[in-house]
Amino acid sequence: MLYLLYLLIFGFLLTAVIGLFASWIDRKLTARIQYRVGPPLLQPLYDILKLLGKETLIPIGATNLPFLAAPLIGLVSVMIVSTMLWVSNLHPQQTFLGDVIVVIYLLLIPSLCIVIGAFASGNPLASLGASREIKLILSYELPFILAVLVAIIQADFSIRLGDILATQAQNGIIAVSWSGGLALLVAVMCTQAKLALVPFDAPEAETEISHGVLIEYSGTLLAMFQLMRSMLLFALPFFLIIVYLGGISGNGIQLVYGALAYVGLVALITVIRNTNPRLKIGQVLRFFWGPMTFLALIAVLLALGNN
Amino acid sequence: MGILDHAFLKSLWVFHLATGSCNNCDIEILDCFTPRHDIERFGMQLTGSIKHADVLLVTGAVNRQCIPRLKRIYEQMPNPRLVVAIGECALSRGVFVHSYNCPLPLDHVIPVDVYIPGCPPRPEAIIAGLIKLIEQKKNPKDQPQA
Ligand code: SF4
Repeated sequence: MLYLLYLLIFGFLLTAVIGLFASWIDRKLTARIQYRVGPPLLQPLYDILKLLGKETLIPIGATNLPFLAAPLIGLVSVMIVSTMLWVSNLHPQQTFLGDVIVVIYLLLIPSLCIVIGAFASGNPLASLGASREIKLILSYELPFILAVLVAIIQADFSIRLGDILATQAQNGIIAVSWSGGLALLVAVMCTQAKLALVPFDAPEAETEISHGVLIEYSGTLLAMFQLMRSMLLFALPFFLIIVYLGGISGNGIQLVYGALAYVGLVALITVIRNTNPRLKIGQVLRFFWGPMTFLALIAVLLALGNN
Repeated sequence: MGILDHAFLKSLWVFHLATGSCNNCDIEILDCFTPRHDIERFGMQLTGSIKHADVLLVTGAVNRQCIPRLKRIYEQMPNPRLVVAIGECALSRGVFVHSYNCPLPLDHVIPVDVYIPGCPPRPEAIIAGLIKLIEQKKNPKDQPQA
């Protein structure tokens, strides 16, 4: 089957390679913004390899099964979601009806896994982080779905990624319309929160609750979470590119355009992360349910008006 | 040397523990992460959780209150692990050598891999010490030069 073939090569290998590269871009750009030299190119790979070689500790108070299973489920769900994104990007006609909804659900699972793993670890700081992560999920999910709804409306109410891509191939990319631009703005902010980066990194806050949700993870399990984060750093911007910027196609100038769009999104996320302070979780909730939901609603209304 | 050991030396995450220091050594450690010294060039990162750490940086004259806690922190560190003693206090208890409160120097409590002298050591000295540690782990037969 098409999906099985793509799962290993595209879903895992290519996504992991691009994701690790993206996290290097993120760290290097951060360093340059702070007038530092920054880590070498292979640094994210070294980090993962080193964690694989380290001892894996399981705390006495932990509930073993969820503690061990959470990173694995998270990693697999990112693999599946990036496979689906690759397939719909490369073969827009062969995707199934409703894959937008499946993708939105699968993009939620990594955050849920972090929550489950943190609660299972039995550490008070981890459960503090996990409860913040739940509030974070509650706050960004509504504007995120509204923002994706804009693209669905513009593609004549089709819930297939293939149709969204086909519409953009005909009528130009969604992001250049007013509603699409607003929706992209909202979606970028939601991406920032989904990746739990500053200003929405309250669940992890190294300086405050010392890595919060990940505090008890070590060795291989931490490596899986790190890899999951890096792969999400590929999957989420890729999803935005497919939905709002017309996808990445394989030939010549189009490929350059896609790569530039991707690197641009990663750079934008990094710059946001480096120029903002950490928000308290209440402020995050107010930010997403107030201005962001409002903007997303306006975008939906504009899209409805145009249709 | 296997690829995992190689990766280990390329990405040391440090955890910083003050066992009764005067806070001067701790400030110098933080200096290593500033733009001027930028220790992230060598893949080192400050981490907040001991479970993520590869290197334990200890500052201060280990006092009675800290000894059991120091041991617990050390035991929670996943293998392979390294310990770096920073500052005169951690090396030999410095000015506190005759204190009633500092019964043992650090290396009588936990094994230490590198000693970085100074009161406080300069950030350059800390970086040089860590790099010597890496070099020595790469070629265990070479004695580190003075
Ligand atoms: S070595 Fe000197 S600077 Fe460092 S903690 Fe001791 S007294 Fe303070």
